[in-house]
Amino acid sequence: MQNKTRQIWKVITASSVGTMIEWYDFYIFGMLAKTISLQFFPEGNPTAALLSTLAVFAAGFIVRPFGALFFGRLGDLIGRKYTFLLTLVLMGGSTFLIGLVPSYKTIGIAAPVLVLLLRLIQGLALGGEYGGAATYVAEHAPANKRGLYTSFIQTTATLGLFIALAVILLVKSNLSDLEFNAEWGGWRYPFWLSILLVLISIYIRLKMKESPLFEKLKTEGKTSTNPLKESFAKKENFKMVLLALFGAVMGQGVVWYTGQFYAQNFLETKCNIEFEQSRTILLWAIAFATPFFVFWGWLSDKIGRKWIMLAGMFLAIITYRPIFKTFIDKTNVAVWSSSIGIINKQEEIKISTDSLKITTTQLNFKNGAKATSIENVTIDSNGFQKIEYKNKHLSSQTYWEFVALVFCLIFYVTMVYGPIAAFLVELFATKIRYTSMSLPYHIGNGVFGGLVPFIGLLLTTTYPTDPLVGLWYPIAIAALCFVIGSIYLSNKIDKNVDD
Amino acid sequence: MNKLKKYLGIVWLCLAPAIIYFLIKGATANIDLAGKKDINNPVIWIIIIGIFTPIAIGLMIFGWYAWKNEFEKPPTNSAKNNVS
Repeated sequence: MQNKTRQIWKVITASSVGTMIEWYDFYIFGMLAKTISLQFFPEGNPTAALLSTLAVFAAGFIVRPFGALFFGRLGDLIGRKYTFLLTLVLMGGSTFLIGLVPSYKTIGIAAPVLVLLLRLIQGLALGGEYGGAATYVAEHAPANKRGLYTSFIQTTATLGLFIALAVILLVKSNLSDLEFNAEWGGWRYPFWLSILLVLISIYIRLKMKESPLFEKLKTEGKTSTNPLKESFAKKENFKMVLLALFGAVMGQGVVWYTGQFYAQNFLETKCNIEFEQSRTILLWAIAFATPFFVFWGWLSDKIGRKWIMLAGMFLAIITYRPIFKTFIDKTNVAVWSSSIGIINKQEEIKISTDSLKITTTQLNFKNGAKATSIENVTIDSNGFQKIEYKNKHLSSQTYWEFVALVFCLIFYVTMVYGPIAAFLVELFATKIRYTSMSLPYHIGNGVFGGLVPFIGLLLTTTYPTDPLVGLWYPIAIAALCFVIGSIYLSNKIDKNVDD
Repeated sequence: MNKLKKYLGIVWLCLAPAIIYFLIKGATANIDLAGKKDINNPVIWIIIIGIFTPIAIGLMIFGWYAWKNEFEKPPTNSAKNNVS
């Protein structure tokens, strides 16, 4: 018994560490996008701009679902262990190589072409990793602990984000901006670190055995000969793929993306909170919320998966707008000035060549908050005046209030995401499980989730007076998914996935 | 409940073409070669419409299955979906 428990923890560790490293690899590209674009995709070059667009959008939207199909099929044909070992090697190798590509200044257009290719390999590998890891753990787990054990896989995406944030903050805080952004500067270190992490993970995974359920099918000669056909061309299974996508994963994808990415972007670009505070708010919230992935996974073994996931979506639907409105209200510097009072101001006035008078004022408030006010006034007419507040530094009280609110957003993520691996595993038969669960997962997360910023921008441009209008997309998708999930899904736990 | 599942199938069937219509409308209204925002970029719209069209078709098929009472009994066992 003790040996069995030790074995399952080895399986969870081997799967989770590798998956976490894959998420880390995928995120650092996005987090360093600004520096990367300066190095590889210079402005004013239309080819580089096209390659940049493809690197960001194609890797997430197109390549991830294709990776799910390609590696899912492979995993159902040759086994889980070697497939998700391959995805790990591809992800780690391509991340490390991105850190070695010389800049556009040195090798010209070859630089963005190489980065695009490596980014596409990253997307492909990520598409194949998750389904393999979740299936591998679930097929080792006893029926009454499937939710609990697979929930450790569910923590990896958030922990990968946490580590990526922490590594970048650490490197950035030890280097000057010049040293960090130089051609061979500090921005490359997180990419180089990946190779070390991946080597450790490969070593751990190599020592693991194949999934017992897959091994049994293989011995009996019952593995699928054409997993793609059996997954998507047979009505009995295809309708479950559609149900998984529209009744669970699409809502989970938008809640996940809004809580972990949209919120950070909102604090930085709409509320103009300084770089360090906006990131540490997220770090604290993640640290406090992560144990709940395991809690909801554990609870789903007792009461079923369905209502936990749908409750997370419901909470998101009703509280997103009030939470994001609080972010805006509490960072309104005009209100700070009248209610808290300014203790000192430092003004600097510049007259620019396009006849603009720019007044930059450093404002220090009594409660410890700070902000930079940038006032643009045209000299030759009275018709134009614009005041912007940048680099807002929150008071300690507001800072912790924001940590609590972002915690709520990630708490919803833990509800929708914690039980979903066990839910997906139980929906599909062993011989086509890897293929069948990977595709809806990556469409839900990559496409529906990945579109949150784009549709947000589209809505903000169409309705510019409402700063919260971008939230209607995740709210609408989560609501649609909530309705479909409530009506069509079952809350029963499938005790036997050995089929 | 089964009647609700069946008749909501019509909603899912109609929703899919509506999504595609709004995406194409959004693309024609916002594509601007001189613009600098993501929503002005035709390549992004091509990728999004290209990837969303099969998803919308999937929603239509889901609606059709619902209309045909394929979801009368909710899935409780992966063995039932075993297609061998």
